Amino acid sequence: MSDQTATKAPAARRSLLKTLEVDTRLLGMIGALALIWVVFHIWSDLRFLTPRNIFNLSIQTVSVAIMATGMVFVIVTRHIDLSVGALLATTTAVMAITQTQILPQVFGLEIGHPMIPWITIVAGILTGALIGAFQGYLVGYQLIPAFIVTLGGLLIWRNVAWYLTDGQTIGPLDQTYMLFGGINGTLGIFWSWVVGLLAAAAAAAGLLLARRTKMGHGFPVKPMWAEMVVIGAVVAAILGFVAVLNAYEVPERVIEREFERWGCAAAEGCTAGYGIPYSVLLLIAVAVVMTVIAQRTRLGRYIFATGGNPDAAELSGINTKLLTVKIFAMVGMLCALGGIVASARLGYHTNDIGTLDELRVIAAAVIGGTALAGGIGTIYGAIIGALIMQSLQSGMAMVGVDAPYQNIVVGLVLVLAVWIDIQYRKLSGAK
Amino acid sequence: MTPLVQMKDVSISFGGVKAVDHVSIDLYPGEVVGLLGHNGAGKSTLIKILSGAYKADSGEIWIDGKKANIQSPRDSRDHNIETIYQTLALADNLDAASNLFLGRELTTPFGFVDDGRQEAETRKIMARLNPNFKKLKEPVSALSGGQRQSVAIARAVYFKAKILIMDEPTAALGVHETKMVADLIKELKAQGLGIFLISHDTREMMELCDRVSVMKNGQVVGTERVEDVTEDDILSMIILGKNPKQAA
Repeated sequence: MSDQTATKAPAARRSLLKTLEVDTRLLGMIGALALIWVVFHIWSDLRFLTPRNIFNLSIQTVSVAIMATGMVFVIVTRHIDLSVGALLATTTAVMAITQTQILPQVFGLEIGHPMIPWITIVAGILTGALIGAFQGYLVGYQLIPAFIVTLGGLLIWRNVAWYLTDGQTIGPLDQTYMLFGGINGTLGIFWSWVVGLLAAAAAAAGLLLARRTKMGHGFPVKPMWAEMVVIGAVVAAILGFVAVLNAYEVPERVIEREFERWGCAAAEGCTAGYGIPYSVLLLIAVAVVMTVIAQRTRLGRYIFATGGNPDAAELSGINTKLLTVKIFAMVGMLCALGGIVASARLGYHTNDIGTLDELRVIAAAVIGGTALAGGIGTIYGAIIGALIMQSLQSGMAMVGVDAPYQNIVVGLVLVLAVWIDIQYRKLSGAK
Repeated sequence: MTPLVQMKDVSISFGGVKAVDHVSIDLYPGEVVGLLGHNGAGKSTLIKILSGAYKADSGEIWIDGKKANIQSPRDSRDHNIETIYQTLALADNLDAASNLFLGRELTTPFGFVDDGRQEAETRKIMARLNPNFKKLKEPVSALSGGQRQSVAIARAVYFKAKILIMDEPTAALGVHETKMVADLIKELKAQGLGIFLISHDTREMMELCDRVSVMKNGQVVGTERVEDVTEDDILSMIILGKNPKQAA
């Protein structure tokens, strides 16, 4: 058979990339992101790639990126969710009312009670999960197309949020809750390094463990130097990211206001860096959990199998209806998490929170290589997709591109990204 | 000897159409029973009832002399029934190992899918069934028809099926690959499996099957041992819907 000729190619002809066994798609996406960054950096007179801007870029990306990880599963199973922005609004409305009205007035917890933020968050996640599960039920069991269910959901949940809040801005929100917003809650230099080193160690250990498992089964592994190059690159990326966030110094006037929080004995002569924001930690945690689900659990395997061939999945004994409910419930929960970050960043629940987020989330997933035909998509891709979108928008705003051009460029990039992806698949021979 | 499978008086209709109309059929260990008939004669529908994809409106299914209640593909698998579908029921975007174990993944003690062990097991069984099979890491969409079919067959062999349903297993295959599947059917038969085989190729059926049942319009026209009939007899049963032996 013809497949033997390929495997018998001389080993010397294997390219460097093949030896390293890195994902060329991932590399391509990182390359595109780097290109965008460099272009804006030069265009903005070297103001784009500063610690401050990278910090802002990362906290602006979190909310959409969190939801995009869930959108990957939805699109992989050949569905779509147009309601994520509206669902975010409903969950933040519920959370805002819970912490400012229900808990203080009905349950008598005074404002600032330590339990308020956590009860609020649980209530928000439950709300998201229930609404998502209900939409999933309509799609999976009642066989209404997801496009219709979630288009209805877009109108319904946007206006349920309006109804719940009478269209008013609700705030100020709980102080602890607002720590998830970004600049209000960061780890500081010391703990950022601790987290960074732990993450680097975990990544290195994970890669080496995977290598040992492979060898245990007698599978071929890449040479040790190649393994070390990959580990070195991953560790450098993690620590580099931490170093950049740590390099963003807290302005003096902020330190003066509460110098103890920044580990200073006195306000004078004290410097401090922000470090990793809690919201970014939340995104990383979501990304890790979602990646583990996608690659290491039966649930993830069934999601991808259903996306590849729904009939085959069902004939293999997979309950694809319940699977649909689970996926939409997951997206609902992620909308609540995205909502926590979005409302905490603003400090308020506003009536227009999350407007058009559904399009940003879908675009992020698609730019990140999720195929609308189903079966293909990665979590890291969606996050990089979200980062690419946010970089374009922030960059264009920074260099003063007019608003209509900004949206035109984002639209073009979306179409271009999918076109490049199709060309890539053609060239690499994958479907 | 108790039959491995007995389907007794099974009927199913879709809308007003009786797709399977009071059909009774049986299968013994180490036997290949062929189902023949025109498109729409009810062959695929009948075996989909056995494989759990459809639920019969009436009738009974007995497995190994015991009455079985097959409501879903999972129930069917629990009775050691494996099905190889005409349409190659594989998830194209997953690799061979993921497809082989789809719905029955091997897991680590922590409950995660054990890809390493799945791949090792797949290598082992593929080395036996189809030594040319090397593309273990690639999505099955990159495989040829025969290789894809061998993944589907490996699934049946690996999970120690006792009853195998093959719906046009060679329809999408070339000459060489067809022979491979035919050899495999003989081997599995020698191991004592019972096999239902659906095909349009009368000659192939004469060669592989012990008995053939011919269906037309949802009913069984006749069931005969292959050595008792000629190819022409079978053809006339398919076309005319009458059993020449009974008519004579």
